[in-house]
Amino acid sequence: MSKGIMVVAEQSDGVFRKVTFEVLSEGKRIADKLGCQLTAVVLGADIAALGQELQAYGPDRILAVEDSQLADYLTDAYTNALSGVIEQEDPGILLFGASVQGKDLSARVAARIDAPLAVDCVAISCDGDVLTATRPIYGGKLLANVVLEGERQLFSIRPNTAEIIKAGGDAVVETVSAEIGTVSMKFIEKRMETGKIDLTEANIVVSGGRGMGGEDYSVVEDLAAVLGAAVGASRAAVDEGWRSHSDQVGQTGKVVSPGLYMAFGISGAIQHLAGMSSSKVIVAINNDAEAPIFAKADYAVVADLFEIAPYITEEIQKISG
Amino acid sequence: MDVLVLLKQVPSTESIIEIAGDGVSIKTDDLKWVINPYDELAVEEALRLREAHGGTVTILTVGREKAAEAIRTALAMGADKGVLVSDPVLEGCDPLCTAKVLAAAAKEIPFDLIIAGQRAVDDDAYMVGSAVAEALGIPSITMVIKEEISENRIQCQKTIDGGVAVVEAPLPALITTQRGLNEPRYASLPGIMKAKKKPLDSKTLADLGLDPQTFTAFKMKIVALNPPPERKGGQVVEGETAQEKARELVRILHEEAKVF
Ligand SMILES: Cc1cc2nc3c(=O)[nH]c(=O)nc-3n(C[C@H](O)[C@H](O)[C@H](O)COP(=O)(O)OP(=O)(O)OC[C@H]3O[C@@H](n4cnc5c(N)ncnc54)[C@H](O)[C@@H]3O)c2cc1C
Ligand SMILES: Nc1ncnc2c1ncn2[C@@H]1O[C@H](COP(=O)(O)O)[C@@H](O)[C@H]1O
Repeated sequence: MSKGIMVVAEQSDGVFRKVTFEVLSEGKRIADKLGCQLTAVVLGADIAALGQELQAYGPDRILAVEDSQLADYLTDAYTNALSGVIEQEDPGILLFGASVQGKDLSARVAARIDAPLAVDCVAISCDGDVLTATRPIYGGKLLANVVLEGERQLFSIRPNTAEIIKAGGDAVVETVSAEIGTVSMKFIEKRMETGKIDLTEANIVVSGGRGMGGEDYSVVEDLAAVLGAAVGASRAAVDEGWRSHSDQVGQTGKVVSPGLYMAFGISGAIQHLAGMSSSKVIVAINNDAEAPIFAKADYAVVADLFEIAPYITEEIQKISG
Repeated sequence: MDVLVLLKQVPSTESIIEIAGDGVSIKTDDLKWVINPYDELAVEEALRLREAHGGTVTILTVGREKAAEAIRTALAMGADKGVLVSDPVLEGCDPLCTAKVLAAAAKEIPFDLIIAGQRAVDDDAYMVGSAVAEALGIPSITMVIKEEISENRIQCQKTIDGGVAVVEAPLPALITTQRGLNEPRYASLPGIMKAKKKPLDSKTLADLGLDPQTFTAFKMKIVALNPPPERKGGQVVEGETAQEKARELVRILHEEAKVF
């Protein structure tokens, strides 16, 4: 494969998302195998200096597409700008992080350039110059190996599934101008939930279900705090109004792949399992020894969650000193 | 306000999905089929818009003949009419192709707004809505949790990573749904009776002026399906008291699983 790989680096307010480094590391691994060039591209306003942070992951080139219209993410402005860069640079493979923004942008760009897109891949392997991507379907009930055909192929990679590897490099940021054209959408504002750890990127997720019995989640929040974990919920807890929709894990919520998933008072419905079964280690805490989640958990703890959670927090505090 | 809903029929989320003999498709015989949950939100939102602004709600599906059941359910919820595009060559169609067919069909239906699901919970492609909007040359706003229409513009609150954004676009536009947008109504008994008499058009590719020949080479191919790796049987964490179990769990996680 002579055409290169382009990684779309995602930044928001001058900070790269963690998945960017995962995708860039994955891009480097694939580029080395295929013996092709690796280009990282970042879009935004005033991001040339930020772009330099990508150097450590070994891209051959770093392109910064700067324009005041790219200050905040807007689907049409970003699609126009990125499609222009693709036209100019002619990459064969495009890699995105499967964040909310990455999914939105990759879908629209794929349609614009009439190229196939494999979303939310958990692994990509190369056989000669054919890439096979593994992606969960049916909410994780099956894994599909897919092959894309055509001049250009787009993949997005699920957060927390590729390892970040520093490769070193000497690429310097090249600023390229964007051809943004007409933008009909308008960004009004955004409200970030400060101090909250993102569920999809967290290394540890602590979730509470209907067993929480109400909106007081303090026992799992205290545990999450000592672990630096994100707090998730089952749909039952969301439907009860105890937690916000953005906290829901499952087939109709967020799909998470943390190193450790701890489920408190969650029975293990198939729709919930779909959203967390790709976690590396699963711990279930439930006072019903027959709870179906125990069949899917690596470690089963039969206990009242309100009784045990504070002890778990305490024990972890002991080891983390 | 004419609203077009893109609706896909999918296996219900309770379904156990099994791989068929060919290794690249699934066994469909015993499955229960439903409206994609995110498309239910789309139908509900469309009905609310009609209640507020008048107009029509049309349901558009690409799928097998069987998918007519899902359209009927949406009609029973209150939608006005349905269009089902069905063609044997579309079997195994990838999201990009599906989007092209939907866009071609949408061109024949008047609309001010299209509502799609953020994803179909079968292929989880997160793509068709955006690709339809692109093919029609209209803006797309994904993962919408609240929308407001005034003077030919739509303003939406949408989920972004780590928060909520507010964005605006001129109509016609396409939005995709996110949980929290609304709670879909159930089809009432009178609704079900009325739905039987509502128009449901069936179309082939030829009816849409599309050449079936161009739908033979899909650009995304499934080469294998596998069940996710089985988790090895859970280890029960022992202890007489909750405190002992907590201590043992933390020891295991720290020393054996090494997750912290
Ligand atoms: C279309 C559709 C989509 C869905 N999507 C999702 C989804 O994305 N995510 C999702 O989670 N669900 C989803 N569901 C819902 C799913 O089917 C279950 O209803 C839901 O997951 C149950 O949540 P739960 O386990 O918290 O509650 P329950 O099933 O009620 O389980 C509560 C558990 O808590 C235990 N418990 C109670 N008290 C205590 C205590 N003091 N200490 C310890 N344990 C205790 C009980 O033994 C029980 O096992 C969906 C359903 C449908 C129909
Ligand atoms: N075959 C189809 N017919 C009608 N709408 C569809 C079809 N496939 C996908 N869609 C729409 O596109 C959304 C996203 O689907 P997907 O990109 O497949 O995850 C769905 O929620 C539907 O609104």
